[in-house]
Amino acid sequence: MSDAVLRVKDLQTQFQSRAGALKAVNGVSFEVGRGRILGLVGESGSGKSVTGYSILGLIEPPGRIAGGEVLLNGKDLTRLKGEAIRQVRGAQIAMVFQDPMMTLNPVLKIGTQMIAAVRAHDRVSRKAARARARDALAKVGIPSPEERLDAYPHQLSGGMRQRVAIAIALLHSPAVIIADEPTTALDVSIQGQILAEVRRLADETGTAFVWITHDLAVVSSLADDICVMYAGKVVESGPAAEVIASPRHPYTAGLLASVPAEHEPGTKLPQVPGSTPALANLPPGCAFAPRCAKAGPACTTTPPVQTFEDGRTALCHYPIEPVSCQPHSLTSNTYRSAS
Amino acid sequence: MPAALLDVEHVSKRFVKHPNLGERIAGLLGAGPKAETVRAVTNVSLTVAKGEVVGLVGESGCGKSTLGRMIAGIYTPSDGKILFDRAPVAKSQGRRTQKLTTRVQMIHQDPFASLNPRIRIGDTVAEGPVAHGIVKPREADAYVADLLGRVGLDPGYRRRFPHQFSGGQRQRIAIARALAMKPDLLVLDEPVASLDVSIQAQVLNLFMDLRRDLDLTGIFISHDLGVVRHVSDRVAIMYLGRIVEMAPTSELYASPNHPYTRALFESVPRIGVGRKDFRPIAGEIPSPLHPPSGCHFHPRCPFAGPRCKREAPALTAIAPGRSSACHLNTGGTE
Repeated sequence: MSDAVLRVKDLQTQFQSRAGALKAVNGVSFEVGRGRILGLVGESGSGKSVTGYSILGLIEPPGRIAGGEVLLNGKDLTRLKGEAIRQVRGAQIAMVFQDPMMTLNPVLKIGTQMIAAVRAHDRVSRKAARARARDALAKVGIPSPEERLDAYPHQLSGGMRQRVAIAIALLHSPAVIIADEPTTALDVSIQGQILAEVRRLADETGTAFVWITHDLAVVSSLADDICVMYAGKVVESGPAAEVIASPRHPYTAGLLASVPAEHEPGTKLPQVPGSTPALANLPPGCAFAPRCAKAGPACTTTPPVQTFEDGRTALCHYPIEPVSCQPHSLTSNTYRSAS
Repeated sequence: MPAALLDVEHVSKRFVKHPNLGERIAGLLGAGPKAETVRAVTNVSLTVAKGEVVGLVGESGCGKSTLGRMIAGIYTPSDGKILFDRAPVAKSQGRRTQKLTTRVQMIHQDPFASLNPRIRIGDTVAEGPVAHGIVKPREADAYVADLLGRVGLDPGYRRRFPHQFSGGQRQRIAIARALAMKPDLLVLDEPVASLDVSIQAQVLNLFMDLRRDLDLTGIFISHDLGVVRHVSDRVAIMYLGRIVEMAPTSELYASPNHPYTRALFESVPRIGVGRKDFRPIAGEIPSPLHPPSGCHFHPRCPFAGPRCKREAPALTAIAPGRSSACHLNTGGTE
């Protein structure tokens, strides 16, 4: 993809500890194109959130970016310091957190905070800034945005607050928004509303999203592309529909298989044995090998990145053969709606 | 139908927020806030047969956890009664309550909060059965070892503390602690919500194995429609304190009746259906402090008519074993 707005190359983020350097992100690479949504999927401890924080330069000691590049429209963000990175954050790249109260100040009105955010990067009048804030709220589907500007965060519901956080991220029409589990704390009906808005925003404004989540179903219905992370590495990547329909890495396959909605009720669920390894104590070679049903003698050595058709990759010695069937084969016996 | 093990009859639960001293003084002067009442659960009836697992599904604030806690005897219902094996749960006192509470056990969502961090897990599991005389103190150690093995943990771990375990392992410990009381009914409140997907499957498999081996009866509370479908025989959908639909699992998922159930199914993202397929429910979940009049779902319902605003629909049978609370089934919304 040559039109990538964000290109992450061999990113390494480490945390210094008594046990040595913990490689939370260990050579992660991906790119996102204009108006595309990349789902960054993994379980807790896989390094997906640290990847997001590293892209914006939000890693603090004892953590540090030990190597790699984060290219935003060709400019390497890892080399920027102080004022230079602050000029970029919020203007060209923004972040939405899981808890909107991490973004919002509880003692300031929504409008005050949004006007400050506009004027942090653009020299415009308060009146013009307020108009832009109102437009941003309208864009994320908040009813009566003018009145909401005068509300305090506690007067809004969780779903509304998350919309405000997304609106703030959108204020400067950034090229990329990093969203870290933004709908995890919300109810399903509210999550559905936000996902619909985000899909529309990506299509209409051309903003690219990196959507960090543990929820495969969300990624499956929202994202264009998927990166699956395990123990600090991207173990599989490719177009969302294809990865979901026919995973090539045994870990992705195991994750997909263990989702209850895809199985006959009451039957035994295929499970991935064991649990995620501690970073301080990774097995040699492939980190997934001790839990992997397909593991063989080669797995004690570092697995190669295998590249397949359509730009798909898998970090595995023994990738799964592709399934030759319709991409939507998994849906057959899931619940049907009565519309 | 086999004899009902649990009978919930027209149960309601209200939580009243009483004004504090300052507010009471302000009230005397005619300015303070009045006592506010949250109707967490309103007029819910439910029977659970022996060996059956009933799923309770709903979004936050729908009252599913409150109902679960009333069944477990943690809360007392404001109205109505809960019969366990034909004896009331709340009214019983002294030794009788003791007896009952051992027969109903609860498993909580957060295994980090539900285990005492300063007590070895073996002692946590043994405490209940020893106190209630289910095992003699001398035999407790072997009893605990057997239980840990049953939930898939190494019995050698019983001298360890909770912080030495992962989330999935802690949830197994919580299950072992509940099973130690030899319960007839388990109330599981979001038991897998805080676990990773691959660990979630392990715990669900464990639950289904235990259910088969021990002939357990269960109330499975969750917001996850996929999880509930997998483990439940029947499902009750709750919205703002009321049950809006109840049906055998397969029938409910094949043809949901209530507009809320249908909308809920529509808005759940699913694996493999492809992208851009969203038809979200409009509007917010109203506050249980000020629920809408009539049918609680009417402000968000695409089929709502004037009758829905006036009159709350009753849960009525629409097919054998199925019921739904919607005016569309009983003469229309005009």
